[in-house]
Amino acid sequence: MSIVTVQLGQCGNQVGQELFEVISNDANDTQRKVYSECSSERFFNETANRELVARSVLIDMEPKVISQSIAKAAKFGKWRYGDRSHFSQKQGSGNNWANGYCVHGPRHEEVVMDIVRREVENCDRLAGIMAMMSVAGGTGSGVGTYVTQCLRDAYPNSFILNHLTWPYGTGEVIVQNYNSVLTLSHLYQLSDAILVHENDTVHKICAQLMNIKHISFSDVNKVIAHQLGSVLQPALTGDSHGVYNRNPIGELMSSLVCHPEYKLLSVCNIPQVSSSSMAYSMFTWPGLLKHLRQMLIANAKMEEGIDWQVRAPSLQPEGIERTRSHRRPGFNTSLANLLILRGKDVNNAEISGFQDPSLYTPWLPADEAFSMWKTPVPFNKYEKSAILVSNSQTLLRPLDNMVGKAWNMFASRAYIHQYTKFGISEEDFLDSFTSLEQVISSYNQL
Amino acid sequence: MTQSVVVQVGQCGNQVGCRFWDLALVNSSDELMSSLQAVLVDMEEGVVNEILQGPLRELFDSTQLITDVSGSGNNWAVGHWTYGSAYREQIVDQLRRAAEHCDCLQCFFLIHSMGGGTGSGLGTCVLKLLEEEFPEVCRIVTSVYPSAEDDVVTSPYNSVLAMRELTEHADCVLPVENQSLVDIVNKIKHMSHSGKPGSVIKKDSAIISGQGGVSGAEKPFDAMNNIVANLLLNITSSARFEGSLNMDLNEIAMNLVPFPRLHYLVPSLTPLYTLADVNIPTRRLDQMFTDAFSKDHQLIRADPKHSLYLACALMVRGNVQVSDLRRNIERLKPMLPFVSWNQEGWKTGLCSVPPVGHSHSLLALANNTCVKPTFMELRDHFTKLYRKKAHMHHYLHVDGMEQACFTEAISSLSSLIEEYSQLDATKDRLMPDAARLNIAT
Repeated sequence: MSIVTVQLGQCGNQVGQELFEVISNDANDTQRKVYSECSSERFFNETANRELVARSVLIDMEPKVISQSIAKAAKFGKWRYGDRSHFSQKQGSGNNWANGYCVHGPRHEEVVMDIVRREVENCDRLAGIMAMMSVAGGTGSGVGTYVTQCLRDAYPNSFILNHLTWPYGTGEVIVQNYNSVLTLSHLYQLSDAILVHENDTVHKICAQLMNIKHISFSDVNKVIAHQLGSVLQPALTGDSHGVYNRNPIGELMSSLVCHPEYKLLSVCNIPQVSSSSMAYSMFTWPGLLKHLRQMLIANAKMEEGIDWQVRAPSLQPEGIERTRSHRRPGFNTSLANLLILRGKDVNNAEISGFQDPSLYTPWLPADEAFSMWKTPVPFNKYEKSAILVSNSQTLLRPLDNMVGKAWNMFASRAYIHQYTKFGISEEDFLDSFTSLEQVISSYNQL
Repeated sequence: MTQSVVVQVGQCGNQVGCRFWDLALVNSSDELMSSLQAVLVDMEEGVVNEILQGPLRELFDSTQLITDVSGSGNNWAVGHWTYGSAYREQIVDQLRRAAEHCDCLQCFFLIHSMGGGTGSGLGTCVLKLLEEEFPEVCRIVTSVYPSAEDDVVTSPYNSVLAMRELTEHADCVLPVENQSLVDIVNKIKHMSHSGKPGSVIKKDSAIISGQGGVSGAEKPFDAMNNIVANLLLNITSSARFEGSLNMDLNEIAMNLVPFPRLHYLVPSLTPLYTLADVNIPTRRLDQMFTDAFSKDHQLIRADPKHSLYLACALMVRGNVQVSDLRRNIERLKPMLPFVSWNQEGWKTGLCSVPPVGHSHSLLALANNTCVKPTFMELRDHFTKLYRKKAHMHHYLHVDGMEQACFTEAISSLSSLIEEYSQLDATKDRLMPDAARLNIAT
């Protein structure tokens, strides 16, 4: 089964290109034929001349980034984008969500959906669609939201995963919080699951774990691509009987998104080191998993600077309702977790630490809250890697900050005229704020 | 690729515009040149004729020029109403023709001065026409404000009448004051003549120099006009050339204008020059960021650090990385008061191509309440004349001009000043966060 990716705006296209690069390298690297073929089928279409063409649609409102992405992809001759799989215009969306959603989206709907349809028809069976975009600008966020709506209408029975990149907190675009709030509130109704990467977090990984001195967006994008690739590459699920999982997006959703109020997913990956250190590193499963578990409960996004003081609350005897006062400060409660193990000796890994009911909210039984996939095939040159996809309170604070800043700005009505002139009213803003406060409240209650 | 149309009106507008085209010819790429169209308007022949006889004549064809002979006599009403209606069709035609040459027209740049008759009166009439005929295209106006010792007696009337049009019909205004330009020119000349070791300025690198442009020997206002021309060249280049964080012209208005009328963006350019001695240690980069916020580098007489920032854009050119940008913002942030609802109100762009003669440069556009004193002074000068009804009959005689134009204009200026005052009042107060929505659980 195959995944069709839709890359939207500058960020979506840049990260998307890096993702296909990682996947192609990983699949080419391995000696395991079945893994390789499964990965290829999932992400690429093989043409009559044995060329690998990415199952991807590239959309942007200005041409520069798409041309660069297409050129970069073709550079090494291992894979490329389809010749007619892209769409761009001459002038961007001006960092304006309303311009993207109300003007560009509808204007180009037919052409865009045609390209998507062609890509979907190229798949023997569609596993799901993944839309990739940022939330800070105008095209990825605004056009991206509109396109997601069109995808939902056109493919009501397919799984739709939105991969979002959240901007640096200190700002790249002044109206980024408005654009983010509008995007998230709409996607919450349209999307099946929302997988988030934050630039601030990834930047720290680059700085502290990978020792990159002058961090560029290219560095950030490579880390995101690595993490996303490690989730989507083939793996064996509990009941797949030795066959690689057919539908990673569907399985992701059934494992992690059991309730429509809780759709925000984050990714944690260990180890993450610079390529120069890799040769000298020796990792054991117990070491990796111990760190990963603590990263989960203490809300740390990387192996350094973990707060080991944070502990899971002690288990209450059965029958006693676990109340919030039993929660320790700084403790990150999960709704559900998916652990993916890739590499050597994967069957010897001891994972019971992740099945501990005290990690989870009480209203979901622990055996439903935890799932695991694994494969003995190592990912992207790491002999062993452990990935945690989490539906937990991790994104609660960043989301709350984003909404808080947007709300402060909205209270003075600053910049609102830029949105109303394209058709987004104050009412629309209020609706969006209300939806997100609801989401924040729900996650707070976990 | 998108295009822009540069419309220069009046004597000052055309002189600055000429310096702009001159610099553009010498310094920029074919790509940039092909993205720009020109329209030249003047009601007396002197300046435009000079252009037609000079080396720039190859650049323009006669259809792009709209001229008359007798000028506006420093009378806004004559420029706006008399010439405005007489030349309306011709101007619209010319604008349409320039627009047709554009595959994807993104922006109009209007250049004019405020104190005279043509640039001020006809210029603002053109602004209105731009809004009527091309409502979706961004209008960025560069306005040269008169200095205190302006020798045109009626410049306060002309400026205030023009201000109202700018407030209502422009998307962004980049105000420039003659006095600031004079101060910068003097500063550079002083520097280059100081004879201090290591203070030799690299040839053609100063923003007042014509950079060896085609027009040859420099004329009196050239140094000052070069600064404004450099400003425009910088803006158009930053948006045109690639970098790791592209900034488009329509993103400027979107991010810097939180309320429609408050669209006056104070420009500052650094560096003013490059020293010729390459052995001078390069603390230049961080110094460049610091300078961008000093009052010596602003193009109006204002001190943004002591007023309130509503928003700020930094357009960096040259070999500068994201990490340098973020480091400097972190360093300068504590010294710069930002309005409570926009504490992180920075819009940034990184363009990899530096201007000629420099390894890097920075253009800052600040939406800051420091424009208020300039506007208040304007209002004071206006009131002095208006109280005595001095020279008003010259205006009221003009067909289309009424007393109401004066009262409405001064009222518009007063309410603009009031809007800035209200924001200023929040400056040193600790504003509480707005109470969040309460969700029933």
